[in-house]
Amino acid sequence: MAKNSIKIKAKNKGSKTEVKALIKHKMETGLRKDKKTGEKIPAHFIKEVKCEHNGSLVFTANWGVAVSKNPYLSFKFTGGAKGDSINVSWVDNKGDTDSKAAKIK
Amino acid sequence: MSMKRRTFLKGTITTGVLSVAVGAGLLKPSEVLAAWPENAFNQKGLADAINAISGGSASDSGDIKIKAPDIAENGAVVPITISTSISGVEKISVFVEKNPQPLAASFDLASNCDGFISTRIKMGKTSDVVAVVQAGGKAYQAKKTVKVTIGGCGG
Repeated sequence: MAKNSIKIKAKNKGSKTEVKALIKHKMETGLRKDKKTGEKIPAHFIKEVKCEHNGSLVFTANWGVAVSKNPYLSFKFTGGAKGDSINVSWVDNKGDTDSKAAKIK
Repeated sequence: MSMKRRTFLKGTITTGVLSVAVGAGLLKPSEVLAAWPENAFNQKGLADAINAISGGSASDSGDIKIKAPDIAENGAVVPITISTSISGVEKISVFVEKNPQPLAASFDLASNCDGFISTRIKMGKTSDVVAVVQAGGKAYQAKKTVKVTIGGCGG
Protein backbone atom coordinates (compact mmCIF):
# COMPACT_ATOMS: atom_id res chain seq x y z
CA MET A 1 0.00 0.00 0.00
CA ALA A 2 1.26 3.36 -0.98
CA LYS A 3 1.84 5.80 1.82
CA ASN A 4 1.83 9.57 2.00
CA SER A 5 1.32 9.81 -1.74
CA ILE A 6 -1.29 12.58 -1.58
CA LYS A 7 -0.96 16.29 -0.86
CA ILE A 8 -4.17 18.29 -0.50
CA LYS A 9 -4.86 21.99 -0.36
CA ALA A 10 -8.45 23.06 0.16
CA LYS A 11 -9.25 26.75 0.41
CA ASN A 12 -12.56 28.40 1.11
CA LYS A 13 -13.35 31.74 -0.49
CA GLY A 14 -16.86 33.06 0.07
CA SER A 15 -19.30 30.31 -0.87
CA LYS A 16 -16.80 28.41 -3.00
CA THR A 17 -14.13 25.93 -2.04
CA GLU A 18 -11.23 25.11 -4.30
CA VAL A 19 -9.52 21.76 -3.80
CA LYS A 20 -6.08 21.03 -5.21
CA ALA A 21 -4.47 17.63 -4.92
CA LEU A 22 -1.09 16.31 -5.95
CA ILE A 23 -0.51 12.55 -6.01
CA LYS A 24 2.82 10.79 -6.22
CA HIS A 25 2.49 8.00 -8.77
CA LYS A 26 4.58 6.93 -11.75
CA MET A 27 1.62 6.60 -14.16
CA GLU A 28 3.35 4.11 -16.43
CA THR A 29 1.66 3.94 -19.85
CA GLY A 30 2.56 0.38 -20.83
CA LEU A 31 3.98 1.73 -24.11
CA ARG A 32 7.48 2.55 -22.93
CA LYS A 33 10.32 0.09 -23.34
CA ASP A 34 13.03 -0.69 -20.86
CA LYS A 35 16.23 0.60 -22.48
CA LYS A 36 18.35 -2.29 -21.18
CA THR A 37 16.15 -5.29 -21.89
CA GLY A 38 14.03 -3.90 -24.73
CA GLU A 39 10.93 -5.24 -23.03
CA LYS A 40 7.82 -3.21 -22.50
CA ILE A 41 7.30 -1.78 -19.04
CA PRO A 42 3.83 -2.90 -17.91
CA ALA A 43 1.17 -0.24 -17.44
CA HIS A 44 0.77 1.03 -13.90
CA PHE A 45 -1.58 3.96 -13.47
CA ILE A 46 -4.24 5.42 -11.21
CA LYS A 47 -7.70 4.58 -12.48
CA GLU A 48 -9.96 6.35 -10.08
CA VAL A 49 -9.70 9.25 -7.65
CA LYS A 50 -12.57 10.05 -5.29
CA CYS A 51 -12.95 13.29 -3.36
CA GLU A 52 -15.36 13.56 -0.47
CA HIS A 53 -16.53 16.59 1.45
CA ASN A 54 -17.72 15.74 4.98
CA GLY A 55 -18.24 12.15 3.87
CA SER A 56 -20.31 12.81 0.74
CA LEU A 57 -18.83 12.27 -2.70
CA VAL A 58 -18.39 15.50 -4.68
CA PHE A 59 -15.87 14.63 -7.35
CA THR A 60 -14.67 11.48 -9.12
CA ALA A 61 -11.84 11.34 -11.62
CA ASN A 62 -11.54 8.39 -14.00
CA TRP A 63 -8.07 8.36 -15.45
CA GLY A 64 -6.33 6.57 -18.28
CA VAL A 65 -2.63 6.23 -18.97
CA ALA A 66 -2.46 9.68 -20.58
CA VAL A 67 -2.54 11.50 -17.26
CA SER A 68 0.92 12.79 -16.38
CA LYS A 69 3.32 11.26 -13.88
CA ASN A 70 2.69 12.55 -10.34
CA PRO A 71 -0.77 13.77 -11.34
CA TYR A 72 -2.27 17.09 -10.35
CA LEU A 73 -5.98 17.64 -9.92
CA SER A 74 -8.11 20.64 -9.09
CA PHE A 75 -11.83 21.34 -8.83
CA LYS A 76 -14.24 23.78 -7.18
CA PHE A 77 -17.50 23.29 -5.36
CA THR A 78 -20.12 25.27 -3.47
CA GLY A 79 -21.08 24.58 0.13
CA GLY A 80 -17.80 23.97 1.92
CA ALA A 81 -16.85 25.84 5.08
CA LYS A 82 -13.61 26.35 6.95
CA GLY A 83 -12.78 23.32 9.10
CA ASP A 84 -14.81 20.86 6.99
CA SER A 85 -13.06 17.66 6.07
CA ILE A 86 -11.92 16.77 2.57
CA ASN A 87 -10.95 13.19 1.87
CA VAL A 88 -9.11 12.15 -1.28
CA SER A 89 -8.54 8.50 -2.18
CA TRP A 90 -7.20 6.73 -5.25
CA VAL A 91 -6.93 3.21 -6.58
CA ASP A 92 -4.66 2.06 -9.43
CA ASN A 93 -4.80 -0.78 -11.95
CA LYS A 94 -2.79 -3.06 -9.66
CA GLY A 95 -5.22 -2.57 -6.80
CA ASP A 96 -2.85 -0.34 -4.87
CA THR A 97 -4.55 2.45 -2.99
CA ASP A 98 -4.07 5.42 -0.68
CA SER A 99 -6.19 8.07 0.95
CA LYS A 100 -5.71 11.26 2.85
CA ALA A 101 -7.90 13.65 4.77
CA ALA A 102 -7.43 17.40 5.11
CA LYS A 103 -9.35 20.34 6.49
CA ILE A 104 -10.65 23.26 4.45
CA LYS A 105 -8.72 26.41 5.24
CA MET B 1 -13.15 -30.79 6.41
CA SER B 2 -13.31 -30.55 2.66
CA MET B 3 -16.41 -28.34 2.91
CA LYS B 4 -14.61 -25.90 5.11
CA ARG B 5 -11.67 -25.79 2.79
CA ARG B 6 -13.97 -25.00 -0.15
CA THR B 7 -15.59 -22.11 1.67
CA PHE B 8 -12.25 -20.82 2.74
CA LEU B 9 -10.90 -20.85 -0.81
CA LYS B 10 -13.96 -19.11 -2.19
CA GLY B 11 -13.63 -16.42 0.41
CA THR B 12 -10.00 -15.88 -0.39
CA ILE B 13 -10.57 -15.52 -4.11
CA THR B 14 -13.29 -12.92 -3.85
CA THR B 15 -11.70 -10.85 -1.16
CA GLY B 16 -8.04 -11.27 -2.05
CA VAL B 17 -7.69 -8.55 -4.65
CA LEU B 18 -9.77 -5.99 -2.85
CA SER B 19 -8.67 -6.75 0.66
CA VAL B 20 -6.20 -3.88 0.74
CA ALA B 21 -8.78 -1.25 -0.08
CA VAL B 22 -11.48 -2.84 2.01
CA GLY B 23 -9.12 -3.42 4.90
CA ALA B 24 -8.20 0.23 4.91
CA GLY B 25 -11.90 1.07 5.17
CA LEU B 26 -11.81 3.18 2.04
CA LEU B 27 -14.04 1.38 -0.36
CA LYS B 28 -16.86 -1.06 -0.29
CA PRO B 29 -16.19 -4.03 -2.59
CA SER B 30 -19.05 -3.05 -4.89
CA GLU B 31 -17.69 0.46 -5.35
CA VAL B 32 -14.22 -0.48 -6.51
CA LEU B 33 -13.80 0.61 -10.10
CA ALA B 34 -17.43 -0.03 -10.84
CA ALA B 35 -17.68 3.21 -12.75
CA TRP B 36 -14.38 3.14 -14.60
CA PRO B 37 -15.34 3.47 -18.29
CA GLU B 38 -13.07 0.75 -19.66
CA ASN B 39 -14.81 0.64 -23.04
CA ALA B 40 -14.30 4.38 -23.60
CA PHE B 41 -10.63 4.22 -22.63
CA ASN B 42 -10.04 1.35 -25.06
CA GLN B 43 -11.38 3.21 -28.12
CA LYS B 44 -8.73 4.12 -30.69
CA GLY B 45 -10.66 6.80 -32.58
CA LEU B 46 -11.72 10.18 -31.23
CA ALA B 47 -15.34 9.95 -32.38
CA ASP B 48 -15.71 6.42 -31.00
CA ALA B 49 -14.26 7.48 -27.66
CA ILE B 50 -16.58 10.50 -27.39
CA ASN B 51 -19.47 8.26 -28.34
CA ALA B 52 -18.54 5.69 -25.71
CA ILE B 53 -18.42 8.27 -22.95
CA SER B 54 -21.40 10.44 -23.84
CA GLY B 55 -23.58 7.97 -25.73
CA GLY B 56 -23.70 10.09 -28.86
CA SER B 57 -21.88 12.89 -30.61
CA ALA B 58 -21.30 16.24 -28.96
CA SER B 59 -22.35 19.59 -30.40
CA ASP B 60 -19.87 22.47 -30.60
CA SER B 61 -20.20 25.06 -27.87
CA GLY B 62 -18.66 28.46 -27.27
CA ASP B 63 -19.32 28.18 -23.55
CA ILE B 64 -16.41 25.84 -22.89
CA LYS B 65 -12.97 27.31 -22.30
CA ILE B 66 -9.86 25.19 -22.60
CA LYS B 67 -6.78 26.69 -21.04
CA ALA B 68 -3.72 24.93 -22.39
CA PRO B 69 -0.37 26.07 -23.76
CA ASP B 70 -0.24 26.82 -27.52
CA ILE B 71 3.12 25.10 -27.60
CA ALA B 72 4.02 22.43 -25.07
CA GLU B 73 7.76 21.94 -24.85
CA ASN B 74 7.36 18.68 -22.99
CA GLY B 75 4.49 16.45 -24.06
CA ALA B 76 4.79 14.42 -20.85
CA VAL B 77 3.33 17.24 -18.80
CA VAL B 78 0.72 19.44 -20.46
CA PRO B 79 -1.39 21.46 -18.02
CA ILE B 80 -5.04 21.56 -19.04
CA THR B 81 -7.79 23.59 -17.41
CA ILE B 82 -11.38 23.34 -18.58
CA SER B 83 -14.06 25.71 -17.41
CA THR B 84 -17.60 26.15 -18.63
CA SER B 85 -20.55 28.41 -17.93
CA ILE B 86 -23.02 25.65 -18.83
CA SER B 87 -25.13 24.91 -15.75
CA GLY B 88 -25.75 21.48 -14.25
CA VAL B 89 -22.52 19.94 -15.45
CA GLU B 90 -22.39 16.22 -14.71
CA LYS B 91 -19.25 15.14 -16.48
CA ILE B 92 -16.18 16.70 -18.08
CA SER B 93 -13.96 14.54 -20.27
CA VAL B 94 -10.60 15.33 -21.83
CA PHE B 95 -9.55 13.78 -25.14
CA VAL B 96 -6.30 14.03 -27.07
CA GLU B 97 -7.10 13.23 -30.69
CA LYS B 98 -3.75 11.75 -31.71
CA ASN B 99 -2.89 9.78 -28.58
CA PRO B 100 -3.02 5.96 -28.89
CA GLN B 101 -6.05 6.12 -26.58
CA PRO B 102 -7.81 9.45 -27.17
CA LEU B 103 -9.61 9.53 -23.82
CA ALA B 104 -7.18 10.91 -21.23
CA ALA B 105 -9.45 11.53 -18.28
CA SER B 106 -13.08 11.82 -17.36
CA PHE B 107 -14.42 13.63 -14.30
CA ASP B 108 -17.78 13.06 -12.60
CA LEU B 109 -19.05 16.17 -10.84
CA ALA B 110 -21.64 16.33 -8.08
CA SER B 111 -24.42 18.91 -8.45
CA ASN B 112 -22.66 21.42 -6.19
CA CYS B 113 -19.45 21.41 -8.26
CA ASP B 114 -18.49 24.26 -10.56
CA GLY B 115 -17.95 23.48 -14.22
CA PHE B 116 -14.22 23.53 -13.69
CA ILE B 117 -11.39 21.00 -13.70
CA SER B 118 -7.66 21.28 -13.94
CA THR B 119 -5.13 18.51 -14.46
CA ARG B 120 -1.97 17.58 -16.35
CA ILE B 121 -1.88 15.15 -19.25
CA LYS B 122 0.54 13.46 -21.64
CA MET B 123 0.52 14.11 -25.38
CA GLY B 124 2.36 11.94 -27.89
CA LYS B 125 2.50 14.62 -30.58
CA THR B 126 0.88 17.83 -31.79
CA SER B 127 -2.85 17.31 -31.63
CA ASP B 128 -6.24 18.77 -30.86
CA VAL B 129 -7.28 18.60 -27.23
CA VAL B 130 -11.04 18.10 -27.06
CA ALA B 131 -13.14 18.83 -24.00
CA VAL B 132 -16.56 17.24 -23.79
CA VAL B 133 -19.00 18.59 -21.20
CA GLN B 134 -22.17 16.68 -20.37
CA ALA B 135 -25.04 18.53 -18.76
CA GLY B 136 -28.76 17.86 -18.63
CA GLY B 137 -28.51 14.81 -20.88
CA LYS B 138 -26.70 16.69 -23.64
CA ALA B 139 -23.06 16.74 -24.68
CA TYR B 140 -21.09 19.79 -25.75
CA GLN B 141 -17.55 20.01 -27.03
CA ALA B 142 -14.75 22.47 -27.70
CA LYS B 143 -11.21 21.98 -28.92
CA LYS B 144 -7.83 23.59 -28.94
CA THR B 145 -4.67 22.66 -30.81
CA VAL B 146 -1.57 22.12 -28.73
CA LYS B 147 1.80 21.89 -30.47
CA VAL B 148 4.15 19.38 -28.91
CA THR B 149 7.90 19.56 -29.49
CA ILE B 150 8.90 16.49 -27.45
CA GLY B 151 6.40 13.65 -27.19
CA GLY B 152 5.38 12.25 -23.84
CA CYS B 153 4.14 8.78 -24.63
CA GLY B 154 7.47 6.97 -24.76
CA GLY B 155 8.67 5.06 -27.81
